[in-house]
Amino acid sequence: MEPRSEDVSRKSRILQALEDQNTSVSFEDALENDMILNMGPQHPATHGVLRLLIRLDGETVVGCVPEVGYLHRGYEKLAESSTFHEFIPHTDRLDYLSPLNNNTAYALAVEKLLGIEAPPRAQYLRVMISELARISSHLMFLGSLAMDVGALTVWMWAFREREKQYDIFENIAGARFTTSYTRIGGLAQDVLPETLAMVKKFVDELPGHLKECEKLLNTNRIFLERTDGIGVIPPEQAIDLGLTGPGLRACGVEHDLRKANPYLVYNNLDFDVPVYSGGDALARYYVRMDEMRESIKLIQQVLQKLPAGDVHAFKPKKVLPRKERVYTKMEELIHDFMIVNFGIEPPVGEIYSAVEAPKGELGFYIYSNGEGYPWRLKIRSPSFSNLQSLTTMMMGCMISDVVAIIASLDPVMGEADK
Amino acid sequence: MGLEHALGDSFVTTKLDLAINWCRKNSLWPMPMGISCCAIEMMAFAGPRFDAARFGSEVFRFSPRQSDVMIVAGTTTYKMAKVVRKIYDQMPDPKWVIAMGACTSSGGMYRTYSVVQGIDQFLPVDVYVAGCPPRPDNLLNALITLQQKVQRGESRGSFPAYVGDKKLNEAQGLPIISG
Amino acid sequence: MNSKIVDALKSRFGDQTVEATEFRDELTVVVPTEKIVEVCRFLRDDPALKFDLLADLCGLDMYTPVKRFAVVYNLYSLSHKHRIRLKIFTEEEDPKVPTVTGIWGTANWHERETYDMFGIVFEGHPDLRRVYMPDEFEHHPLRKDFPLMGIPGSLPLPKK
Repeated sequence: MEPRSEDVSRKSRILQALEDQNTSVSFEDALENDMILNMGPQHPATHGVLRLLIRLDGETVVGCVPEVGYLHRGYEKLAESSTFHEFIPHTDRLDYLSPLNNNTAYALAVEKLLGIEAPPRAQYLRVMISELARISSHLMFLGSLAMDVGALTVWMWAFREREKQYDIFENIAGARFTTSYTRIGGLAQDVLPETLAMVKKFVDELPGHLKECEKLLNTNRIFLERTDGIGVIPPEQAIDLGLTGPGLRACGVEHDLRKANPYLVYNNLDFDVPVYSGGDALARYYVRMDEMRESIKLIQQVLQKLPAGDVHAFKPKKVLPRKERVYTKMEELIHDFMIVNFGIEPPVGEIYSAVEAPKGELGFYIYSNGEGYPWRLKIRSPSFSNLQSLTTMMMGCMISDVVAIIASLDPVMGEADK
Repeated sequence: MGLEHALGDSFVTTKLDLAINWCRKNSLWPMPMGISCCAIEMMAFAGPRFDAARFGSEVFRFSPRQSDVMIVAGTTTYKMAKVVRKIYDQMPDPKWVIAMGACTSSGGMYRTYSVVQGIDQFLPVDVYVAGCPPRPDNLLNALITLQQKVQRGESRGSFPAYVGDKKLNEAQGLPIISG
Repeated sequence: MNSKIVDALKSRFGDQTVEATEFRDELTVVVPTEKIVEVCRFLRDDPALKFDLLADLCGLDMYTPVKRFAVVYNLYSLSHKHRIRLKIFTEEEDPKVPTVTGIWGTANWHERETYDMFGIVFEGHPDLRRVYMPDEFEHHPLRKDFPLMGIPGSLPLPKK
């Protein structure tokens, strides 16, 4: 192990930041001191590699500094060296609990830059997979919130449902998760009728299973006492700190990008946006449970309204052509070669495109200078902004509530650290 | 492994060794170092469908002091490497390491400035699992391979290290892995 | 809608300071660096515009000899549901930009990230330190002259 003298001799700047927060109280008594606790990057309840430095007065939290960056993989620099198509597998690993949603968000951003649109069948299928990804992410939230406050059974049940979803994703895209299913201008391949039957069976059975989990939790005194009134954030502060997604809807602010700035075909579909006021962990739990039910409604509507047709747009120089045409026709062969080697060449300009990911607003800001590689790709990840509100939520609560608050906020470090 | 030092090679210790290794292999308690996407597949590996508990890994001890094998699941960055090494050093002997996924084996799809290109640059690894992420059945295969290694009495991490039939003497320490 | 926003900005700040372009129905406005705090405060407080959510703040390395770095602010209005993008430019030598953490609290971490990745210093920031790379790291990774593979030896690794 390396020597620690350099840590001891230099006061860490992060401890400096912790002490400079407005929490200073002075006591004459030597026993009445604040303790700084390191809830390190490796911890069973921090949902990934999040480091928290917590300042405690006894058992009460008086200050908290989150430290991120333990999973910084250099996505934005990687995007500057890969073509637009080569970046699609990297978007899977951003919010790794709902990879299909990230694929859709990225494809929409690049299509906006190019000015093309996917055909209607592809758009309906994209809605279906985004909502399936939302259910998958919220099931994981349910399992980890319940596990973190002590109910291990619900975690097992949630994982059983997620395994059924993994079977569906394997049928759609070939991989359990990390699917890389969308392409610029459409989808990789079409969906088989057996897969649609599997999806229908899954969403018909899911409400029953959700009811079983709720029977264990909703009137459970331990669960209610551990989440009610814990981690409260007022709505004005939530907007100021950039909290989006279910966290904002649990504060009473009705904001959902699927209704406010509709993308894909959400304005043809009928669904509600659950909003609860209260701003605490229990409200966030209720919002996500109701969102799962709305997603089920959306998927059932998509299955009824799915039009027949192509899943690729036909734009010769911008969209990768289909393989059977590449092997038989000359122009498609040339276009395939040019697109794979030099990348699609978008016009010079910059766009920002955002979708409603399960965690919040996932946005891509792309600045292109006409080449096949983006000049700058910035990923606006919801977890990075949501984690800033952790300090406000943790003021004044006990050390054991910290775990419940992080679980109710549901951060994913893969996207917070990019 | 420590028994040979105390009693020397003899019939009794060889048979006792087999029995002890059999016990060790059937109760490998993993310490899940779940960092990113592979951690989700590791949770599925402990979940109801691909049950790891039936192979002896009943409890996933998040405390390094009470575990045998560390499953490193996820991309290791330079900032995180210090932490992983510290946790590894806190595990008691004999210990093993499973490098799960492409990112831990060789850096994976991230050839960037902040990702360590393979955890074998700072940790001795016993089993590498390929995949991005590897399916839970693949990880079960790795666990069974590790169990066969434990039955033979090999461990790269313990001191002195046992690799194959040879016992490296204490002056040599750990074997050198090239690359 | 976009033209209304541009008219409101021009009437408040004058025609010369505000340059607006539109691409794919999105409005980008370039303002001088020293006026950014006033412009942001006006955009947040004016009842017809009401940009209360700072969706994104990022840096941009244009790699030109003059005005190398840009800082891009993507704003969103929750009540009127429209977006705007603000851009300011700064030089390569000693890039300094005033902070907007007094207007939107979420700018805190975003500005730290921009400092970490590009080296742009935000004056008045309460806590400007690195967020992704370790504190001792000396380079700024997203600049165009930093190699993708990194500089060997710039980050320490524990011994085997």
